[in-house]
Amino acid sequence: MSGFYLPNGLPTPSSGPDGLSQPYWDGTREKKLRIQKCNGCGSWQWGPEWICHRCHSFDLSWQEIQGKGRIYSYQRPHHPVHTALNGHGPYIAVLVELPDYGNIRMVGNLLGDPLQTVTIGAAVEAVFEPHDDAKPPYTLVQWKTV
Amino acid sequence: MAERTLRGKTAIAGIGETIYYKHGQSPDSEFKLALQAIVKACEDAGISPHEVDGFASYGNDRSDGPRLAAALGVKELKFSNMFWGGGGGGVCGAVGNASAAVATGMADCVIAFRSLAQGQYARYGRSGAAAAVMGDDAFLFPYGVMSPAQRFAMKITRFMHDHGIKQEALRGIAMACYHHAQKNPNAVMRGRELDEAKYDASRWIIEPFHHLYDCCQENDGAAAVVVVPAERAKDMKNKAAYVMACGQGGDHRSAAPVHNMPNYPSSHFGKLAPRMYEMAKMKPSDMGIVQCYENFTGGVLMSLIEHGMVKPEEANEVLVKSNLIVEGGKMPLNTSGGNLAECYMHGLELVIEATRQIRGTAINQVKNNDAAIIMGGPMVTPVSSLILGSEATL
Ligand SMILES: [Zn+2]
Repeated sequence: MSGFYLPNGLPTPSSGPDGLSQPYWDGTREKKLRIQKCNGCGSWQWGPEWICHRCHSFDLSWQEIQGKGRIYSYQRPHHPVHTALNGHGPYIAVLVELPDYGNIRMVGNLLGDPLQTVTIGAAVEAVFEPHDDAKPPYTLVQWKTV
Repeated sequence: MAERTLRGKTAIAGIGETIYYKHGQSPDSEFKLALQAIVKACEDAGISPHEVDGFASYGNDRSDGPRLAAALGVKELKFSNMFWGGGGGGVCGAVGNASAAVATGMADCVIAFRSLAQGQYARYGRSGAAAAVMGDDAFLFPYGVMSPAQRFAMKITRFMHDHGIKQEALRGIAMACYHHAQKNPNAVMRGRELDEAKYDASRWIIEPFHHLYDCCQENDGAAAVVVVPAERAKDMKNKAAYVMACGQGGDHRSAAPVHNMPNYPSSHFGKLAPRMYEMAKMKPSDMGIVQCYENFTGGVLMSLIEHGMVKPEEANEVLVKSNLIVEGGKMPLNTSGGNLAECYMHGLELVIEATRQIRGTAINQVKNNDAAIIMGGPMVTPVSSLILGSEATL
């Protein structure tokens, strides 16, 4: 067993050649959740972009935030679409809204029983899932109900 | 200043489809399928492929316009156009782009087409084997959110939750599409009726709201239409289906990364539909023919609501099979079987069926056949829609 929510062998995250999301992935390695905040108008922005869509400032900082949110929507996939998921069975993906940070949303898995009842609006908090043996290592952000 | 509009300026004068296959079963290559569909569409229009002078497609079609022009011996290529965005969001947009070229005199005879052999290339319903993913995918794939169904499911979950719409409304949509396929000899799902019990017993692809029968097929085939100026179409071989309006686009920041579009539980037609009706000078109740792209039945539900065809609070009562079939239904839907049961031809089969309906030559012919609405590629962005009309609507 991997100790991860989903089996090994799924695609691993990369910030890509442009490096836009690198501060996020560097942050999760340190168990810190960081998103963009515009130094021009002060608004939160997620996912990562080069410009603030409100004031068009290019001066965006990466700020650490509290991983607390509520379930905005969810799904429980049963049909495996990747070989790493063959025979694994259902799992839960959640879309989490962060009311303290401009209602930005993040996608992750909901830890615990994959057959649990999921309630839209339920409070959740972030849990870091390090993949230390991956090359290069990375850390996912998962969610659990509180 | 003259009114800026597409209304009544162009028409679909020819339609062509290949045999539709289950994925992997086409004996012909994808590019050959494209050529077959285009040649058939030209035959149907009564013109030579040499007269074609433009191509418009979408969904990153691999059969590119210049190569088609060379293969077909097109005399001069005047319009070569690809609609941005994935999925079938560009199906109506491609017809609209072809029409815009024809209406403005950039070209005279443009083919809007789609060729797709999922058996020969990657299948949409299976994720690629890339070891590392970047951009938006990096925030989704490691969590098992990879396929189109998985990327859209949470929009549907939230929409159903917000409006109290039940699974049975989606079942009604699926059953109507399968029903219409049963008389269609080119429907891949002909001979496979769908009843309540079979739907309810089918396995979950994604819970909630995605039984097997809520999901489109994966197919091989090609389809094409010929777009010409309205005045020319009037005197051609078949009755013209006039382009009354086309709309394409997305809501405010509908492509925002990592599921952060402000209007999340949406098919993204909310802003587009009113301006399209305005261009057509028509209203939802004028549409006797309704063709809606089914990637997933939840997308159909949201499309119908955002195009003003159904009110959200009435969806549970209205979206039942008896209301959605040609035999006595108030709003016959996807009358050739659509993406679910005819062929996943990325929605172009819906444009072709709407044209047959306006001509009066459909297998499941509706009576009120002067105006047709086609809604393309719900939930992706950009999306597009089209209104076609008979001469009576001009
Ligand atoms: Zn700003």
